[in-house]
Amino acid sequence: MREILGLYNYWVVIFLMMTGFYVVIARRNLIKKVIGLNIFQISVFLLYITMGKVTGGTAPILPARHFTTGEEFQTFSNPLPSVLILTAIVVGVATTAMALALIVRIHEAYGTIEEDEILAQDREQ
Amino acid sequence: MKQHAILRVTSKVLIPYILLFALYVQFHGDYGPGGGFQAGVIFAAGIILYGLVFGLNAARIIAPPSVLERLIALGVLIYTGTGVATMLAGGNFLDYTVLQYGVFDGTVLADHLPQGQHLGILLVELGVGITVAAVMILIFYSFAGRERSR
Amino acid sequence: MSLTDVATQIIVILLLALLVGTATTIVRMRDLWAAVMLTGIFSFLGACWMLILDAPDVAFTEAAVGAGIATVLMLATLALTSREAKPPPEFPILPILVVFMAGAALVFGTFDMPHFGDPSAPAHTHVMSEYMNDTVPDVRQSAAHRDKTHDEHDDSQHSVAHHGVGVPNIITSVLASYRGYDTLGETVVIFTAGIGVLLLLRGRRERRDVEEDEG
Repeated sequence: MREILGLYNYWVVIFLMMTGFYVVIARRNLIKKVIGLNIFQISVFLLYITMGKVTGGTAPILPARHFTTGEEFQTFSNPLPSVLILTAIVVGVATTAMALALIVRIHEAYGTIEEDEILAQDREQ
Repeated sequence: MKQHAILRVTSKVLIPYILLFALYVQFHGDYGPGGGFQAGVIFAAGIILYGLVFGLNAARIIAPPSVLERLIALGVLIYTGTGVATMLAGGNFLDYTVLQYGVFDGTVLADHLPQGQHLGILLVELGVGITVAAVMILIFYSFAGRERSR
Repeated sequence: MSLTDVATQIIVILLLALLVGTATTIVRMRDLWAAVMLTGIFSFLGACWMLILDAPDVAFTEAAVGAGIATVLMLATLALTSREAKPPPEFPILPILVVFMAGAALVFGTFDMPHFGDPSAPAHTHVMSEYMNDTVPDVRQSAAHRDKTHDEHDDSQHSVAHHGVGVPNIITSVLASYRGYDTLGETVVIFTAGIGVLLLLRGRRERRDVEEDEG
């Protein structure tokens, strides 16, 4: 029981990660693959953020007072995962845009975004 | 979207506040949640909303692509420029502590500008915000401005 | 356990159930338009959980990026390509096997991880305490600190660790000051990605005049 209460956050995140992973390897539609990558990416973000949480802590912005009792917080959650993920999110959307741009060009060149059809066209040549 | 009167009116009301909120997030990032990355994205979201509702051409008039292309580079330039400035002031690259001393001594600015680290962080976040906003808006323009192939 | 803690736990469980439900629905979707919308919802739910996990900065970046800009870009891509995905040809036994094995390996790995919210986890005991201790006293006595640093004019070459950054939002101070090089790198990545998209999508197919009612 202690294990479940202490580790459930990782397990949920791993489940989400594997869903994204499955979409990436099992689906042949390129946009679907990008969606899968996005899910995987958000799961990794969540993994980092859950590791930064400290029980009883609050967001690391000072000075922090409790909104009803008014007493000052002494424990704070870890700011480092937030920093890493903050930059990763924006870089992630920039690279997603890059992938989508490539998909648009692939569609213009092949007329399809299904992986197997693209490969078949390549083999014919 | 000429026929969507509600969308046009509500977005007209909302967009100024989205842009204002972006600026708040940008310059209040040292005191509350926020910073260059968030502000850039929120600012871009405001312009993108304008483009979605009023058409790409209208958005291109208020945020011309030629200007945005220069802004992309300007943001990175501000960031690295801050680093070079700290080196010229005698510190390490991006060591903002040196900005506190010597640079503005004896001028009126010395009492009004934020000190050292604070000034450096503001400048760097400004650079990040400009680059992120310009990149996001330009990416939107490139996708929305492309013709369907067949 | 107080009443707010119980309420928070219930909200967290609901959020996680919704996250899992959304993810599994996206897997089964063949209509790409619906899948993209669900991805936006997935991002937003993730952002909600991040807010509960004390990361407000990340949460509203994720809300603006994941539910806003990424969704708009994917919809734009759908408009340029096709909306419907082909049905998967056969029951994909190999991917399922791979995914289950990878998942099992990861779950096995979590048994050595520090428990959720554990204050003595390695992540909270290394450099984090230095960042905190540098910033915390500075902000609480910021005026006194400012006078002090003025007096120490000769110590201007001291590193950040001696003076502290003195910015109330520790996330911003770590992002822009302690890890300034890192953030410079990230900014350059965004710069490069922007240039890359422009190079890929600029050119002869670009529409010069778009109708007023474009949406």
